[in-house]
Amino acid sequence: MSEQNQHSLDHHKEEGPHSTFSGYMIGFIASVILTVIPFSLVMTDVFSSQNMTIVIILSLALVQIVVHMIYFLHMNFHSEGGWNMLSLIFTLLLVFITLAGSLWVMYHMNVNMMPGMMDN
Amino acid sequence: MGSSIAASAAQPAKFEFLVREEEHVANGTLLGFWLYLMSDCLIFAALFATYGVLSQSYAGGPTGADLFDLPLVALNTSFLLVSSITYGFAMLQMQQGKLSGTMLWLGITGILGVGFLGLEIYEFYHLIQLDAGPQTSGFLSAFFALVGTHGLHVVFGILWLVILLVQLRMYGLTGANRRRLFCLSMFWHFLDVVWIGVFTIVYLMGSMS
Repeated sequence: MSEQNQHSLDHHKEEGPHSTFSGYMIGFIASVILTVIPFSLVMTDVFSSQNMTIVIILSLALVQIVVHMIYFLHMNFHSEGGWNMLSLIFTLLLVFITLAGSLWVMYHMNVNMMPGMMDN
Repeated sequence: MGSSIAASAAQPAKFEFLVREEEHVANGTLLGFWLYLMSDCLIFAALFATYGVLSQSYAGGPTGADLFDLPLVALNTSFLLVSSITYGFAMLQMQQGKLSGTMLWLGITGILGVGFLGLEIYEFYHLIQLDAGPQTSGFLSAFFALVGTHGLHVVFGILWLVILLVQLRMYGLTGANRRRLFCLSMFWHFLDVVWIGVFTIVYLMGSMS
């Protein structure tokens, strides 16, 4: 009788991801490099163009976030049946809309509604 | 013809009543905790957006370039980064079933977290002494809200870590404690990911303004 109701246990694997020493070390060394470069770029004023520096440090930050996601948070496409990744992608979409939308709208409000603009 | 049907009915094939399932974990705690972290991510998205909008609103007060002490931020960043790898070592010890090693690396992680927090409190205190508190300008309000919320997360992370150390001491590496270690590991690494955004957007870009 209980056979039909009992959730068979043989397909349950050990909870949580399996981590390795080399995985953590790769992630750590990569993130040290990706942290040292932007700090030294800003602290020593390597580039004369500020926009150039901003683009480079923002891209390095994105790369470092991906490194942390893979090596420290063990993100992949198959853990928890893919729901981890799906919820992450959905969240990133919302984060992008929040950030880009706020900056875009508020920038235009600032530029177009400055007191000086009203005379035109 | 008729006899063969009768013969197969007499010896029924082995029926499988259970639907075959994909391999999955025994419960959804880790996925649920991940979903919590994703909602936390949205809180930080809102705070980052606020900071982005207000980052030039100095109201005649000091700018990021006047205030931020990059060597101090670099030291703070290294505390958090090293605490990520020490937490990783704690997880490796847990995998090998070594209780004392797990607790040792967890303790080191906690000390680094306290160091991070101490430097941040010193920085906040220093800023308020300089009349650069959250009430000075929109820029500083957004700065204190964003960095303060991250710091508050670290406070609760350390509190959780201490409680987990007590539980490990009392019950050892039981299934429940292993699950808690996995959850705190996600929380801790997630805070490090948020800090990457903070030091890049707030401190590095702020000190160029």
